[in-house]
Amino acid sequence: MNSVPAEVWSIFVLSLGVSGTAVMVSCAAGMPMGVWLGLHDFSGKSIVRALIFTGMAVPPVVVGLLLYLLLSRSGPLGSWEWLFTRRAMILAQVLLDLPFVVGITMTAIDAIPRELLFQLRSLGASSWQLRCTLLSEAEPGLLLAFATALGRSISEVGAVLIVGGNIGGHTRVMTTAIVLETSRGHFAMAVGLGAILLLVALLINFLVACLQGRIAQ
Amino acid sequence: MRLSLAGAASLVWLIAIGCMEQFSPKPAAATITLATTTSTQDSGLLEMLCPMFRAQTGIDVKVIAVGTGQALELGRRGDADVLLTHARVAEEEFVRQGYGIVRVPVFQNDFVLLGPPDGALSLNPPKSLDDAFGRCAAENLPFVSRDDDSGTHHKEKELWQSISLEPTFANYLRSGSGMARTLRIADERRACTLTDRATWLALSGEFHLRVIFEGDPRLKNPYAAIVVKGDGQSPARVRAAHQFIEFLQKETTRQAIQEFGKDQYGEGLFFPDGGAPGAGQKP
Repeated sequence: MNSVPAEVWSIFVLSLGVSGTAVMVSCAAGMPMGVWLGLHDFSGKSIVRALIFTGMAVPPVVVGLLLYLLLSRSGPLGSWEWLFTRRAMILAQVLLDLPFVVGITMTAIDAIPRELLFQLRSLGASSWQLRCTLLSEAEPGLLLAFATALGRSISEVGAVLIVGGNIGGHTRVMTTAIVLETSRGHFAMAVGLGAILLLVALLINFLVACLQGRIAQ
Repeated sequence: MRLSLAGAASLVWLIAIGCMEQFSPKPAAATITLATTTSTQDSGLLEMLCPMFRAQTGIDVKVIAVGTGQALELGRRGDADVLLTHARVAEEEFVRQGYGIVRVPVFQNDFVLLGPPDGALSLNPPKSLDDAFGRCAAENLPFVSRDDDSGTHHKEKELWQSISLEPTFANYLRSGSGMARTLRIADERRACTLTDRATWLALSGEFHLRVIFEGDPRLKNPYAAIVVKGDGQSPARVRAAHQFIEFLQKETTRQAIQEFGKDQYGEGLFFPDGGAPGAGQKP
């Protein structure tokens, strides 16, 4: 049984690596999109907003199934050979995170009073200064987007199970390991992994709360 | 201060990425994907066989453990290179349709019918398989079906057919789940269910269920390995898949399969096919 801690450790690190990467990618792509959407008014914006909020409700298994069909060797992207790899898992989580990152960022930027922008501009603020002010005003929202994306990523099971395959040492993360151990009847192991997952979530959100606290001061 | 916290978070993430690479298995000569049933993984058989194969050939085997139906579908779509399944009719059709290059029976065990220790079938044991299944239907005894197109589900449908019965009674429950979860449901609902001996021996300590009926020749459970034809773009993977099947048929491997589980359960879980007369038979 001395291999159990090593196995748990590798599962833990894989989870963190996959979800961390997915969150970084979705923040890097989603936040600029959210900022742009928040700043610009155009016809059909309410439709875009409705679509983004719908994206938040898409069940992970559906994303997993669609990605599976795309990435399968007989699917359109089969030549990438991404199926049953970490890349596929990261891609799935990015797709799941993006609506949250874009939606929350957009809402945070939207909430900034337009008068503030006019005032700053009339006071002669450069566009760079304007951007900095904007981001610092919206920072609690951006942090919320980050925390939500990480929470969704690290606790997600349906999509990574389908596109990752739950291969031991390759694509087995905490959530899929919990599913496996539960079905095997190893409840102690499953509960242990669940506790670690909870601890990670707690730690991350504590960190986010710290950051938000500082901003509020 | 805020920056340093964000920096610390990024650092943790970078370390995780770094460790993730370290935890990746050392690069293998080649990697093949094996789609198989849950029983071969849950019993621990593959955890013994795959490292053996890797030591001999340098080829890494990625194991996707699903039901037989899903394993065959993964093969059909070219997402697995080799299959290890237990549904003869479906497998032969798979090869006939041109998705598989070769199908080789490798080992077998048998199915057993389980039920609650205080159920009607335990108190008054059935005389035959027909009797057992017939009474479940006639007396409306709780029965949990896998209902997931797995090899076990195929076998169960075959058995109902062989006694010309449609399982339409009210207490016939469809779990739609894997073997271990189905056993759990049967245990909780005090129901009968069909399972393979390997899974049963590996998990029997956790359940109140007991064997109600066993030994009918119709309960044989032959496993076969299939090399998937694939898209023709990866001859190396097809070669590696052939190697895996040759490995399964080697004398040393067959002995390892024969011995597997004896120390832990007192009896073998799988019986290799071919070789010495009687070696493939259940004692």
